[in-house]
Amino acid sequence: MEQRNGNILGKIDWWTVLLFACLAIMGWLAICGSIYSYVETDYLEFLNPSERTGKQAMWMGVSVIAGAVLLCIKKHTYLNLSWIIYIATMLLGIVTIFIAKDTKGSFSWIAIGSFKIQPAEFMKFATALTLAAFMNRRSFNINNNIDLAKCIGIILLPMIIIICQKETGSALVYLALFLALYREGMTGLFLLMGVSAVVYFVVGIKFGNEFFEALPVAIGPYAVTVLIQAFSIAMVKFWCKHNRTFLIMLTVNLAVTLATYWTAIYLIEFNIMTVQYLLLAFDIIYLIIRIRLGNESKNLWIALYIIGSLVFYHSSNYVMHEVLKPHQRVRIEVLLGLKEDLAGAGYNVHQSMIAIGSGGLTGKGFLNGTQTKLDYVPEQDTDFIFCTIGEEQGFMGATFVMTVFIIFILRLMALAERQDDRFGRVFGYSLASIFFFHFAINIGMVLGITPVIGIPLPFFSYGGSSFLGFSILLFTFLRIDADRDRSKSRA
Amino acid sequence: MKDHSLDSRRYILAGVVILVLVTYVVRLFNIQLRNDDYKALAESNAYYTKTVYPARGHMYDRNNRLLVYNQPSYDITFIPRETKNVDTLELCKAIGITREEYDERMKRIKDRRLNPGYSTYTEQEFITQLPGEEFARFQENMFRFPGFYLRKRSIRQYNYNAAGVLFGDIGEVSRSKIEKDPYYGRGDYIGTQGLEASYEEELRGEKGTEVLLRDAHGRIQGSHSNGAFDRPAVRGKDLTLSLDIELQELGERLMENKIGSIVAIEPATGEILCMVSAPSYDPSLLTGRQRGKNHKELSKDKRKPLMNRAIMGTYPPGSTFKTSQALTFLEEGIITPETSFPCTGGFVFNRFKLGCHAHSSPTPLKPAIATSCNAYFCWGLHRMFGSSKYPGGTKEAMNKWRDYMVSMGFGYRLGIDLPGEARGMIPNAEYYTKHYGNYWRAVTVISISIGQGEVTLTPLQIANLGATIANRGTYITPHLVKGVEGEEIDSVYRTPKSTMVSRKSYEEVVEGMRLAVTDGTCRAANIPGLDVCGKTGTAENKGKDHSVFMGFAPMHEPKIAIAVYVENGGFGAEFGVPIGALLMEKYLNGELSEESKEKAEKIRNRTINYGATER
Repeated sequence: MEQRNGNILGKIDWWTVLLFACLAIMGWLAICGSIYSYVETDYLEFLNPSERTGKQAMWMGVSVIAGAVLLCIKKHTYLNLSWIIYIATMLLGIVTIFIAKDTKGSFSWIAIGSFKIQPAEFMKFATALTLAAFMNRRSFNINNNIDLAKCIGIILLPMIIIICQKETGSALVYLALFLALYREGMTGLFLLMGVSAVVYFVVGIKFGNEFFEALPVAIGPYAVTVLIQAFSIAMVKFWCKHNRTFLIMLTVNLAVTLATYWTAIYLIEFNIMTVQYLLLAFDIIYLIIRIRLGNESKNLWIALYIIGSLVFYHSSNYVMHEVLKPHQRVRIEVLLGLKEDLAGAGYNVHQSMIAIGSGGLTGKGFLNGTQTKLDYVPEQDTDFIFCTIGEEQGFMGATFVMTVFIIFILRLMALAERQDDRFGRVFGYSLASIFFFHFAINIGMVLGITPVIGIPLPFFSYGGSSFLGFSILLFTFLRIDADRDRSKSRA
Repeated sequence: MKDHSLDSRRYILAGVVILVLVTYVVRLFNIQLRNDDYKALAESNAYYTKTVYPARGHMYDRNNRLLVYNQPSYDITFIPRETKNVDTLELCKAIGITREEYDERMKRIKDRRLNPGYSTYTEQEFITQLPGEEFARFQENMFRFPGFYLRKRSIRQYNYNAAGVLFGDIGEVSRSKIEKDPYYGRGDYIGTQGLEASYEEELRGEKGTEVLLRDAHGRIQGSHSNGAFDRPAVRGKDLTLSLDIELQELGERLMENKIGSIVAIEPATGEILCMVSAPSYDPSLLTGRQRGKNHKELSKDKRKPLMNRAIMGTYPPGSTFKTSQALTFLEEGIITPETSFPCTGGFVFNRFKLGCHAHSSPTPLKPAIATSCNAYFCWGLHRMFGSSKYPGGTKEAMNKWRDYMVSMGFGYRLGIDLPGEARGMIPNAEYYTKHYGNYWRAVTVISISIGQGEVTLTPLQIANLGATIANRGTYITPHLVKGVEGEEIDSVYRTPKSTMVSRKSYEEVVEGMRLAVTDGTCRAANIPGLDVCGKTGTAENKGKDHSVFMGFAPMHEPKIAIAVYVENGGFGAEFGVPIGALLMEKYLNGELSEESKEKAEKIRNRTINYGATER
């Protein structure tokens, strides 16, 4: 066991390092592409430390050195120091709120000399570490409400601090940690309820005023009722595992929905909304009947879920349209990316879609993008960096980058799975979840799918703190992985 | 220790991750490969296609004197979306307007009722025709006003204070025109009146484009591919007008303080030597920043200086029309040159009487033309309409008469190369039947024979009558442009048309007109050595008679045919004859004699009082 330190290089997962290197290099090239503006002809200028590309390269070097240092710190050190690190970074975060200068309305940057760092990037590391250490306790039971509450507390504290720094986007990243909790046994109902609430709200509002072409029925509420059916039926199948009930509900709901839809579209026009409500009523009644007939006690929860969903949807709708003042409503709609706001956030997305769309199959070639080059896409080297890839490398290049990224995340998950204890696994999953959240939201935003939340694409977006923060997370985990007790691990 | 019941969750999580990847790849596929819209948007976004406006063609007169040319002028435009952090006060200072004017302008630009094309993404016109000094100041400071652009245009400049109504006007192209003709874009200029309008396609040239790269802040980043995609502008073609600008100027000066027109034509070619419409205006009034104000004043003027009376005004031709009657009667064999009619103080038929002035009676044709005997032509028409030659009776005779008139270019537009020509009025049998029923006779319509009644002509048609007589039976459609750079003019303006009357009959009328100058009503036009032929007219109307003259010179191989029409000028000899004589002298001799110059000055200073009524 003592010789471990000696040949640590032989124990770390080189696949992950390779993927990291790939992402980092592609990221840097993308920044070159988005910075380059026809003026420079000397490519060496990219390494000039006064240019953003030069600065980024320097930060990448710093990150690699920091990573190398981190690889020398043993796993149990983290376990022991996690709380200290947590408290220290949280304090730093709180201090930041007061000493930070206003940077585009956010108070999250502190200046050290000529460099500015964003403590929030390191709070992610501290939170993941502490969460993993806390859950590693022998007595910990995720289904114990007090333990679960403590976990949630660990996650919420940095979120609140970051919201105070006016960086709501970064705060949302911490929600990703619930995926790690889910892996550890937290009931999936929380996730399902959270996800379905967001989906109902967004879908309901986004399509609330759009109507079917041939029918006087709003798409929003209709889609919500269909989604409620889908979620409920999925719960019957995967949570309750009642195959008979599942099959009957699936058949009835699918058949009736499709039949009424086609009839209404092609034969006689009638209010298909009523049919949807009748279907939901049928689902509830059928589920309750099955409780008695089939002794399926969990059905009650699903029935309650259906009712709860309807109540949630209609009350949120009511609040949106009746309680909130118009300007408040607009703000929420813009925040959710529902309102076309071509002057503000919507403009960015529109321009980014134009840039990507103009890339075609193979792209315009490295440094040849016109849209990103000409400053059409704001934040093009930070939050909208994926634009440059889409425009210059086209569908092939962008798909390649995304695939490499997903392989990287899956690799992290695989590493997490092979850990010998909960500490390593939770930390690994936290890491994978954070990367995944960034990936999904950032690229989704650039592609106009998810709301515009200003969070960076790890290893791609320009920003030293962000690169260093993600590197610290990664290299710490590489060391934890290297230190796992291979005899206990299953991989 | 391990809870293996949770192992399946890793597959759910991995599944979610892969699902997101697949969703995004599909989305990318849709944006990048299935949809071309974004590509098109990208082009219009990054490539700024700058329109390069061509210089409009110049205009020269028949002696190659430059009449109309261009001077550069600058408009300031802006793209609202791109104007950020512009110091409004600085901008106002740079272009010399007040803050209030700025606000007012902005309000008008943003008002979608006044400016339906408003969009924050497109170029809006902020100020047009910036004066030189302010242009320089603005250009120096332009970097401080992102989103504001300079657009080089050219405005018309005129070397002579003459022929404004012929040159016409340039204005911003209308929305309906843009929809019809893809050449034009918003804010483009187009000829709206006069030659600028009728030769728009020749004059305008061809717009060019420069493809530039720009960024989201509207900053031009340079030329795209070193100008490989640029298309240079092609300058408009120059026009050579048939006008003699000195003759035109003289005509306009002579017509000062009067209302009316002068048209002079070179008979052999149909080229218009001068075309005056009085009151006239200085074409320079309609250029530059005062244009709006001046245009408003001119269009509100009750005497309608913007109207080209020479082609738009329709008047009774009066006695000048008698020449056409003589031609018709001779050709139809109704009279011979020797035929005489009595004139007992006029045309008397039963209880109908049409007066005439004192002259010897009875007279044959030539003295009748020379003395402008009303009775002679009334009898002629009476004889023609009563002639047994026409089985259809009066009606057939009437329509035969109408055919003669039309063949001489009356009743329809001649087809001059100017917009807005009127056709005048030549009645036919159906017209009278409609008014009088079936019981009308020659005597009912007798005044048409002396150019009164229902007959109206434009001054251009009267001048063309003179040219036709000078040519002894043919004419070329009168036109103002004798040459377009690198092009042949329309064949219509090169091909002679013949009337229904033979050369022999014309010779009789020419001699009659010569007699009128040597021994008749036009004696004032008898310029030694020029052999002028002429015919006066005194057209009756509601107010004082119009003074008319039609003539040509020299008698053999005529070089100029002319019509002068002075509204309410009294006898033909009072204004028509002397003005016509002066212009013929000027054109044929190149110079007015000292005596004529004095005469010209006198006529120029004579004012006819028209009162304040709308004309």
